[in-house]
Amino acid sequence: MNYNWNWGIFFEASPEGNGTYADMLLSGLMWTIVTALCAWVIAFAVGSVIGVLRTLPGRGAQMVGNAYVELFRNIPLLVQMFLWYFVLPEVLPESWGTWLKQLPNAPFYTAVVCLGFFTASRVAEQVRAGIQALPRGQRMAGTALGLTTAQTYRYVLLPNAYRIILPPLTSEFLNNLKNTSVALTIGLLELTARARAMQEFSFQVFEAFTAATVIYIIINLIVVTVAGVIERRVAVPGR
Amino acid sequence: MTSSAMPPVSPVSEPQAATDAAPGTGPVGTLLTERPPVTATTGPMIAIDDVSKWYGDFQVLTNCTTSVTKGEVVVVCGPSGSGKSTLIKCVNALEPFQKGQITVDGTRVADKKTNLPKLRSRVGMVFQHFELFPHLSITDNLSLAQRKVLGRPKAEAEAKGLALLERVGLKAHAHKFPGQLSGGQQQRVAIARALAMNPIVMLFDEPTSALDPEMVGEVLDVMVELAREGMTMMVVTHEMGFARKVANRVIFMDKGEIVEDAQKEEFFGSPRSERAQTFLSRILSH
Ligand SMILES: Nc1ncnc2c1ncn2[C@@H]1O[C@H](COP(=O)(O)OP(=O)(O)OP(=O)(O)O)[C@@H](O)[C@H]1O
Ligand SMILES: [Mg+2]
Repeated sequence: MNYNWNWGIFFEASPEGNGTYADMLLSGLMWTIVTALCAWVIAFAVGSVIGVLRTLPGRGAQMVGNAYVELFRNIPLLVQMFLWYFVLPEVLPESWGTWLKQLPNAPFYTAVVCLGFFTASRVAEQVRAGIQALPRGQRMAGTALGLTTAQTYRYVLLPNAYRIILPPLTSEFLNNLKNTSVALTIGLLELTARARAMQEFSFQVFEAFTAATVIYIIINLIVVTVAGVIERRVAVPGR
Repeated sequence: MTSSAMPPVSPVSEPQAATDAAPGTGPVGTLLTERPPVTATTGPMIAIDDVSKWYGDFQVLTNCTTSVTKGEVVVVCGPSGSGKSTLIKCVNALEPFQKGQITVDGTRVADKKTNLPKLRSRVGMVFQHFELFPHLSITDNLSLAQRKVLGRPKAEAEAKGLALLERVGLKAHAHKFPGQLSGGQQQRVAIARALAMNPIVMLFDEPTSALDPEMVGEVLDVMVELAREGMTMMVVTHEMGFARKVANRVIFMDKGEIVEDAQKEEFFGSPRSERAQTFLSRILSH
């Protein structure tokens, strides 16, 4: 292999004209982080609601919850990304479709919504499992004290369930972070997309993807560390 | 048996100083900081009328009829699987039933118009496995429902919880979490938590059967005290010492039916049904 190593490439100006290749990768990193965080907000909120629905006594609520999870978990993420980005604007009423297509940063908003709803189905599974892992008597004790169903979830079941599922939620967060790279297919200029662009401009493929890999590993390590801190913060004494 | 561990009987009216000691070692003081709240009717506190319940095809309760009047202590016993837990869970509508009627203080529990959270907040319940909320401190366990259900201000709820905690001999543990207490201590906290809601009646579902033997006495002492102070109680238990000491009536259940419903003296003296006799001889021979 006749390859010209050039680790100095990161400090050379990129042909885009505004900064070095390093700046290019950092702006990709910024989009990756912002997309992951925004998607997680949706995933956590929607996933909690769907997970709770699946543990309610009513048949109807359970069916809605199950349908959501099966739908979003069983379609490949890449297909979902295309459905949201290319198909949705066409099937909506024309004025809405046009508005969507002309939205500035459309790839970003689409990626956030798509990833959020996809990850929500996985969070929902964890929330359901966490609630069902609690002793049956906990729900009864809350109910017997006069708490409403909503209050029982809010003050008794969910605080306990979240503590149990913190480790699997951390891995869902990491998956969510890495899945942002799928959004390069709809034009989001996130980290992987920027590494590819760098490779195309400079032909330094190893340097570009080594940098991307190292950056992914570092943010994953940071997430794991933060999750560990949270876990210790919310740990219940005597357990 | 645990009855030997209990302190001698003292009249209820006698003023007692509240102490921080475990209830087994000294007087408990008054558990009801106020008289039980005034009730709506002069009828029975709990009326169970011809109640039947099925799980699918399996009939758990068959035509159960009984009542508990104000201030009465009724012990429910019977073999495992006879439907004791199911019956008392029907009283505060934790379990639905398909036939018959239950009223608590004149309110029908199966009526769609009944405000169940409100009704349940007036019916204290103590479980076999305590069911304290593990993520909340003892103080928060005691004040959560007072605040969220009764709307009491934080300070008032905490003061009330602390007062009851003192009465069950656990004031020093207020800041701890349930996982840091022994089973007997947790169950006393659970009783205090129920009492903090000013219930008009208390239901107990085998409150001592998950406890190590040496902790049974401290929980029964609190329950005896409560009975003496005039609380209306329905208690599922196999502690016959407790039944002899404070029960007014004993209900014996078998296979979902109320086989015997008798005054305490009558039940222990000469149980009418053969099944109750067999059960009693088995349980008392331990
Ligand atoms: N959710 C349920 N679904 C189906 N059957 C049930 C359910 N809960 C209880 N049962 C059955 O109903 C019967 C009565 O149960 P219950 O818990 O009331 O008995 P118990 O008298 O309290 O017994 P124990 O002394 O063991 O606590 C048992 O045969 C039990 O198997
Ligand atoms: Mg039972």
